[in-house]
Amino acid sequence: MTSDFGSNLLYELATERHDMTLKEFLMTDSALSKTKVAAKKAVAKKAPAKKAVAAKSTVKKVVAKKAPAKKAVAAKPTVKEVTPKKVATKKVDGDQLVSFYRDMMLIRRFEERAARAYTEALIGGYCHLNLGEEATVVGLMSALRETDYLFTNYREHGYAIMRGIDPNRAMAELYGRVDGVSKGWGGSMHMFDMTHRLLGGYGIVGGQLPLATGAALAIQYRGLDEVVMCTMGDGTANIGAFHESLNIAALWNLPVVFVVINNGLGMGTTVAKASAEPEIYKRASAYAMTAERVDGLDPMSVLHAAQRAIASARTGKPYLLEVVCERLRGHSVVDPAKYRSPEDVAQLAKADPVPNLAARLIRDKILTAAEVHQIDEEQTARADAADAFAQASAQPDVSTLFDYNYATPVANDSRRLPGDPLFAVVARPEVSR
Amino acid sequence: MTIKTYRQTLHDTLRAEMLRDENVFLMGEEIGVFEGSYKITAGLLAEFGDKRVKDTPIAEEGFTGAAIGAAMLGLRPVVEIMTINFSLLALDQIVNHAAKIYGMFGGQAKVPMVIRTPGGGGQQLGATHSQNIELYYAFVPGMKVVAPSTPADAKALLLAAIRDDDPVLFLENLALYNTKGDVPDDDTPAEIGKAKISREGHDLTLIGYSRMAYIAKNVADALSESEGLDIEVIDLMSLRPLDRETIVNSVKKTHAAVVLEDDWLTYGIGAEIAATISDGAFDYLDAPVRRVAMAEVPMPYSKVLESAAMPTNDDVINAIFQTLEAVGRRLKKVGQSHD
Repeated sequence: MTSDFGSNLLYELATERHDMTLKEFLMTDSALSKTKVAAKKAVAKKAPAKKAVAAKSTVKKVVAKKAPAKKAVAAKPTVKEVTPKKVATKKVDGDQLVSFYRDMMLIRRFEERAARAYTEALIGGYCHLNLGEEATVVGLMSALRETDYLFTNYREHGYAIMRGIDPNRAMAELYGRVDGVSKGWGGSMHMFDMTHRLLGGYGIVGGQLPLATGAALAIQYRGLDEVVMCTMGDGTANIGAFHESLNIAALWNLPVVFVVINNGLGMGTTVAKASAEPEIYKRASAYAMTAERVDGLDPMSVLHAAQRAIASARTGKPYLLEVVCERLRGHSVVDPAKYRSPEDVAQLAKADPVPNLAARLIRDKILTAAEVHQIDEEQTARADAADAFAQASAQPDVSTLFDYNYATPVANDSRRLPGDPLFAVVARPEVSR
Repeated sequence: MTIKTYRQTLHDTLRAEMLRDENVFLMGEEIGVFEGSYKITAGLLAEFGDKRVKDTPIAEEGFTGAAIGAAMLGLRPVVEIMTINFSLLALDQIVNHAAKIYGMFGGQAKVPMVIRTPGGGGQQLGATHSQNIELYYAFVPGMKVVAPSTPADAKALLLAAIRDDDPVLFLENLALYNTKGDVPDDDTPAEIGKAKISREGHDLTLIGYSRMAYIAKNVADALSESEGLDIEVIDLMSLRPLDRETIVNSVKKTHAAVVLEDDWLTYGIGAEIAATISDGAFDYLDAPVRRVAMAEVPMPYSKVLESAAMPTNDDVINAIFQTLEAVGRRLKKVGQSHD
């Protein structure tokens, strides 16, 4: 199966275009077909076959499928070509790819190190990894300014590191130590750092969406030039908070980019089995919001799409970006992913964005095999160092248990340990009556 | 001092805080153009504009969560949830996010927001619009829950709630909106977490909050007049944190307690108060702690059935008399009958 993520395909529901007929719509598409085919070939060459959802998204098929559904709002979007910003020279592209590779390899080795610590029972709770998502993570995070904000979900280690958080502190959080990014209070699912404007990993599916919308409201309230990015998994598109938040963001023109990371699976439930419209970016049409679907295995495509999305949000037009990528392992470290067929597993190996980028760097003579190998060694050492740092970091002192009860001290705040009495036991008084 | 209704006091206090701090803004359904279901925000859209008074879609989870996100960046949103029944739609955002964000991230982000919402009953609004479920929020560490019963307390607690850096659920009550009282002209916030002794006495401690604190005070005053009883009344004011010490010290003095609540009895707030008394003043009790609460049914629409389901003054008086009888006190029994 070939794949076309429509990285140049942009559905815009600007109201002035709503009156376009289906014929005009098809003509527009036909006029674009040359560039589409070229783009498709390019994608097909570098990104291996995709299954399920992604496979459906060739341009022609989308149009053909849409025709019968003309009465629905989604039948009317116009397809418009976006000229990707051509990044200056090949040299710059090469530098960017090397930088991506370095970061992707750090995430890869960090996550593998975390998985090992988890299976050794050195870290607890749940542990959801970004393995397979590395190109998506680096592409998205490279598009943000330092002053922009990120809200994400519980599959977040890579995002935390790419926001600039020291891998040592990220790993220490997994170990629940005092040097952890959330001081050992959050764990894998709840990393937070105001300095680097990571406003939280959130463990409740969809919980971060209303919060991100509100952060964007605060930015608008103060007239600032900042943007909020809010990432989520594909399953999140089906929760009420998704609808409420996209509606509010579009209604109030908030500077927020919603990013659906579509790896084809909830835990083990496919997108096709969970979502009546499995091409999730199309949901944006219900909110008159611009949306786009992009190949999440190609960091450069993700970067450019994220740049378009952020530029739009910065002018008060929120944006929905669907990034199609892969989850190389189970839902979390403990999940053996038995629901995957051997064929799927074989395809996954071919889709792996990290070795694919390594191969490309060598093929295009940007790096030598030895240089690629050296990056790997450096990042492996970085992950090992993070693990050593985390293991050496102190456990929180039990006396700090009530340190974060409230931000404003309050009378009669409870600071009792489980066995403590409410009141000191006193001797029975004389009967006074 | 000015005599004002509870409703007017809320309006005036919101307005004053918006004038004082431009980070304070209001969000909620129908609070702007419609001026609020209960008209607390009347005139504020015209005065402050739609940046400060935001009409929201009917999306409790979406806009309550948005208020939390805005608070994380330092704004001070005051959210109106039309009635506490609808707060259930925002339960995840309140319980899993507003209440957790400060602690869960190791104290890195504050959530200085207020959720104003009325409890109710007695207006024939039926099962889904007459609940008193403040317990759900008072149960959760990280939340602060306050429940004023008088206009003066409403002012002082709303000032405190808006200026507090934690999420505060500010419980109002449909039956209190038209009640009147003296309201101080100065802007002194109340201390959240403190109960108030609204009437001193020695015979028995009567404990309540919100509408039931109002009833408690009225019943105690009436029984003083008619029976010569000297009842101490505690208005909890704050459900979380709970001022256990004031409760226990009062019971140590009076040796008997009756707890009033508008919620359901089983697992209700009264159960927590009774357990507190058991723990802190067991040896001082001369009678079991009695609770007066709503009948454990979904609130019926029929006026007759609704009235039967809700605690009344007579229910309170009966519980007081039965408790005093258990203590062994002989009563004059003027007027009020009891078995």
